[in-house]
Amino acid sequence: MRIVEKAQLMSAPEIDRTLQRLAHQIVEKSGGTKHLALIGIRRRGVPLAQRISQAMRGIDGVDVPVGTLDITLYRDDLSKVAPQAVLQSSDITFGVDGMDLVLVDDVLYTGRTIRAAMNGLFDLGRPQRVSLCVLIDRGHREMPIEAQFVGRTVQTSETEIIEVRLREIDNEERVVLVDRQEP
Amino acid sequence: MTYRFRDLLALEPLSADELTFLLDQSRPFQAIQRNPLKKLATLRGKTVALAFFENSTRTRISFGTAASRLGADTMNLQAESSSVKKGESLLDTVHTLNAMKPDCLVMRHAASGAADFVARHLDIPVINAGDGTHEHPSQGLLDALTIRDRKGSLRNLHVTILGDIAHSRVARSNIHLLSKFGCRFTLCGPAMWVPRELESIGPPGASIRRVFRIEEALEDADVVLVLRVQTERLHEPALPATDYILLYQLSAERLRLAKSDAIILHPGPMNRGVEITPEVADGPQSCVLEQVTNGIAVRMALLFLLLVGGSEEEAHPAAEMQEPGERPSTDAKKDPSHASR
Repeated sequence: MRIVEKAQLMSAPEIDRTLQRLAHQIVEKSGGTKHLALIGIRRRGVPLAQRISQAMRGIDGVDVPVGTLDITLYRDDLSKVAPQAVLQSSDITFGVDGMDLVLVDDVLYTGRTIRAAMNGLFDLGRPQRVSLCVLIDRGHREMPIEAQFVGRTVQTSETEIIEVRLREIDNEERVVLVDRQEP
Repeated sequence: MTYRFRDLLALEPLSADELTFLLDQSRPFQAIQRNPLKKLATLRGKTVALAFFENSTRTRISFGTAASRLGADTMNLQAESSSVKKGESLLDTVHTLNAMKPDCLVMRHAASGAADFVARHLDIPVINAGDGTHEHPSQGLLDALTIRDRKGSLRNLHVTILGDIAHSRVARSNIHLLSKFGCRFTLCGPAMWVPRELESIGPPGASIRRVFRIEEALEDADVVLVLRVQTERLHEPALPATDYILLYQLSAERLRLAKSDAIILHPGPMNRGVEITPEVADGPQSCVLEQVTNGIAVRMALLFLLLVGGSEEEAHPAAEMQEPGERPSTDAKKDPSHASR
């Protein structure tokens, strides 16, 4: 099987502008940042959440706390496959009770990651509200889950993969659409 | 880098990288001990058989709690009230347990090598929860996790072990683990409990020395592991408890000979006033309660690592992860690492 890059969906400046817009939308929709906190889903949701928080500092002048969540223990396929990625610690240092939480991830696909993330969150307490922010929504949902804040919606086929490459993790900054082709 | 383990029977055959992996994988479970809601559904539907052919309270409760916090069920066998008393053989007992279809067997036995023997006859993962005077791997791991948390690293520490080392599987598991990180050991106790053979149980080049004066043993120590004095053994070659206390008890005054930031470990249960004074046991250098909490985290990590995943053929079709390199179905896998098998 070959992995072929089909198109670039976002450049580095486009990613930046999109995150700025998402930060504005979240602040506007939340009516303030007092109880607001962002939860980045490992791995690429984490730098995205940190950048959105930084953008919010420019808007409201306040620090919106960022937590990180590893969803491995909450996956629904662990009886079938062992996780390939090393289990990481979640790091949420603030209490989630009564908070207005925004989950942040790079790509929304089947929705199973988000279901797992919500299970993880509710082990920590009872947030007032949980919403979802993603850079890319690529469709093909298998769960009744939608994002309130979407960077871009992209039509994809099941064989395609969207790769979000971020400088913090991948040493480059762009979003590409790749396809798996049988030789 | 991730490793797969089939069983956990001993720490001796594991590499420093594998041990580091096991300790790192315990960290997320340490955080879960602080959650208001500690119960996960990760191993829901799995059953862990706890077979303790030798008495145990804390290890059995710790493994049971670890299983239940992961969402697994447990079945309990205690030698006291079981068919073992009626003369059933070890193999018959574990085959009977296995026929009830547990997904993992945690076992303790008074005979060294018992867990290894059983693992060769069962198709489910086996965790050794202590076999005779051989090893107690989960205790070795929880001790190392506690040391690493307090000291920042396991590298090149001076570890002093006090007490009945000859009969101690805890001491052996600690030596096998810590020696892979360059730690050096001073073993100290009455001569009959610290035989010369102990100097050669580590890997080649490991620094293990025996001394018979506690003052000398404590000098320059980073970690002091105090073993329980089994008072029933004190009578054997005529060493009254009062003599042991006089010669080998860890007191605050003696502890001052160790490094000022030395930490104290004890696998429990403690005999306060025999091997350790209450002042030291409850002092700021004592880690005994952290060891207990870490024990659950380590055992959760072990159960998680041995029990998740199905057969290799059942690759998962729906890959939620976006990176092709992280896809369960396509990622190249490191050779399974079988602990001592």
